[in-house]
Amino acid sequence: MEYFIQQLVNGITLGSIYGLIAIGYTMVYGIIGMINFAHGDIFMIGAFVALISFIIFGLTGVALPIILLLVLLIAMLFTACYGWTVEKLAYKPLRGSFRLAPLISALGMSIVLQNYVQVAQGARVKPMQPLFSGGLEFFKNSEFIVTVSFLQIFIVVLTIILMGIFTYLITKTDLGRAQRACEQDRTMTALLGINVDRTISITFIIGSSLASVAGMMFVLYYGVIDFYIGFLAGIKAFTAAVLGGIGSLPGAMLGGLLIGLIETMWSGYVSIEYKDVAAFSVLIVVLIFFPTGFLGKPDIEKV
Amino acid sequence: MEKQDIIKSFKDSLFTGLIALALFGPIVGLRTASKGEGLFITPQWGVVFLLVGLCIVGRFLININSARRTEFKIFSTLTSKFSSITKDKAKHFAITGILFAVVFPFLPFTDRYFMDVAIMILTYIMLGWGLNIVVGLAGLLDLGYVAFYAVGAYSYALIATTFGWSFWICLPLAGLFAAFFGILLGFPVLRLRGDYLAIVTLGFGEIIRIILINWYEVTNGPDGITGIPRPSFFGLPFKRSPDEGEMSFHTFFGLEYSTMHRIIFLYYLILVLALITNYFTLKIRKLPVGRAWEALREDEIACKSLGVNPTNTKLTAFAIGAMFGGFAGSFFATRQAFISPESFTFIESAIIVAIVVLGGMGSQTGVVLASIFLIGITEIFRDLEQYRMIAFGGAMVLIMVFKPKGILANRKPTILMHGDKK
Repeated sequence: MEYFIQQLVNGITLGSIYGLIAIGYTMVYGIIGMINFAHGDIFMIGAFVALISFIIFGLTGVALPIILLLVLLIAMLFTACYGWTVEKLAYKPLRGSFRLAPLISALGMSIVLQNYVQVAQGARVKPMQPLFSGGLEFFKNSEFIVTVSFLQIFIVVLTIILMGIFTYLITKTDLGRAQRACEQDRTMTALLGINVDRTISITFIIGSSLASVAGMMFVLYYGVIDFYIGFLAGIKAFTAAVLGGIGSLPGAMLGGLLIGLIETMWSGYVSIEYKDVAAFSVLIVVLIFFPTGFLGKPDIEKV
Repeated sequence: MEKQDIIKSFKDSLFTGLIALALFGPIVGLRTASKGEGLFITPQWGVVFLLVGLCIVGRFLININSARRTEFKIFSTLTSKFSSITKDKAKHFAITGILFAVVFPFLPFTDRYFMDVAIMILTYIMLGWGLNIVVGLAGLLDLGYVAFYAVGAYSYALIATTFGWSFWICLPLAGLFAAFFGILLGFPVLRLRGDYLAIVTLGFGEIIRIILINWYEVTNGPDGITGIPRPSFFGLPFKRSPDEGEMSFHTFFGLEYSTMHRIIFLYYLILVLALITNYFTLKIRKLPVGRAWEALREDEIACKSLGVNPTNTKLTAFAIGAMFGGFAGSFFATRQAFISPESFTFIESAIIVAIVVLGGMGSQTGVVLASIFLIGITEIFRDLEQYRMIAFGGAMVLIMVFKPKGILANRKPTILMHGDKK
């Protein structure tokens, strides 16, 4: 039981990271209907920007909360630039062309970003000294002590705060309304005087910033990154988005949590080698029974 | 040009420079390097300023000349001319291509390196043609095609090393295995819509790779399988010194021993396999099942109402595509004599899909052009090892941006109700 609770805590932490990446996938899919394959690599770039700024601020000796806040903002800003540029260069010229074109362009962009970071930062793994230490311990009398580290609390709380801000942004502001309108009907939205191109750009900026936060969490949580982390994390986050129902924002978060839980439970109880297989197998099973994911809108085919 | 325009484009290029600074500043400018314990930063501002400067100047020049639009025109007229030439003379083009491929090993400039590259290109052409059945004809986006390639390679390697059967028995078996996997994997998921199918096939590709890494007892894990038998020329092995009483290729034909014999044989082997794939595809397009694939690609609902069973039809496409992937896989195994899960990563699937889409979906000639172009690019950049994949990815983006339908778009159905209206 204690072991289960420990895995639950770990799973929720991991799930928060996946969920934040998944939002980027689901938003882009919702608005322009393409799988943004480069999104996992945007997450990887976010992790690198965070790592670099941690090293710089680590030398100055500022208090930890200020460092965290600064790194968060810097990572969001610089990674958003990448998201924006990728959209302008590789996807915008392809708007309105046939379905596979942006997908291939995204695959190409993903290869470019990965190898660009490999060239610029080197292929070796980058370790970072842990910034957080300690945690809360539960069930001290039993055999297995459940530890909830401060880092895990930080990750989950930050995710909840960001989700709050994000939900407000999407449901209550003009920007969010424009974004949702574009999802429903881009032509009509343009006729009503909304700058569709700008809305799509902003979608990419928001998605990339959230991915960069996930990147920062990843650096803190695992303490080691390399140029290849974007691929697997991206695939799992996309799986999460599909699991929750692609296009649905609460679905992305739910899917992320589920994928995180499945992965930790599987590695805790079944086998750690096959943890990546678990996530994909669950995805296949879910899609057979719920073809549009858990929270996706039912897809009605019209002639 | 108006003075205002110049100022405007100047401002615009400064903005580009600002963005470029934000992009390259942290990632290129602040290189992290391990020194003893922990990471340190080595600044590289020179490179950043060079890159930013290039971006500013480049953007400014583009703005001044509006070169972008003229470039577009040049590019598109060139390619449209090119594709109209190839369309009109498709048959001549194909025959010349095949003739060239046949005499290629005996051309004066052909050396070992050229042969290796040619074999690699032909392997990708065969994979591209195999996947073209799934993506180009049936319209199913398969991002895990490398899984079948891997199944073919591993089943060939396992059968050949365990039972010691010859290449010609193992090859069809490996193809059958791959087709069987195609049916097994395809059955539960082919009801899914396009993008979901893409992600599920991608997942399958990864599952197969993870199993190959972890199933030590059978696949020998990350170490891979070594000592896979080389193919023989109808029973005559390519050995320098054949065993007692055994004939080898060069003694039988009274030639001097050369390693090139085997390379040339492998070259013709993959050429024949690829041409068989192509011939099969061209023929099956004219059969009812091929027509059904193309019809499904265009309109699934119409097909259903006309009594075509979409799942079964898709399944045949999936299985046949997988079978050719399996053949290519066995060829790969016998050529390398060593396989490991390293060779079957997602990037391979991405390259094959890119070849099919960049070539123009459904176009057989396009696959050839795209393979030569993409593999050629990575070969040209071979000396700049680090930059070749950047060039590869960049080429994918550029082709898509300038030619979204691929080099040779051929989505025309093979048959039309009232003939070909021109």
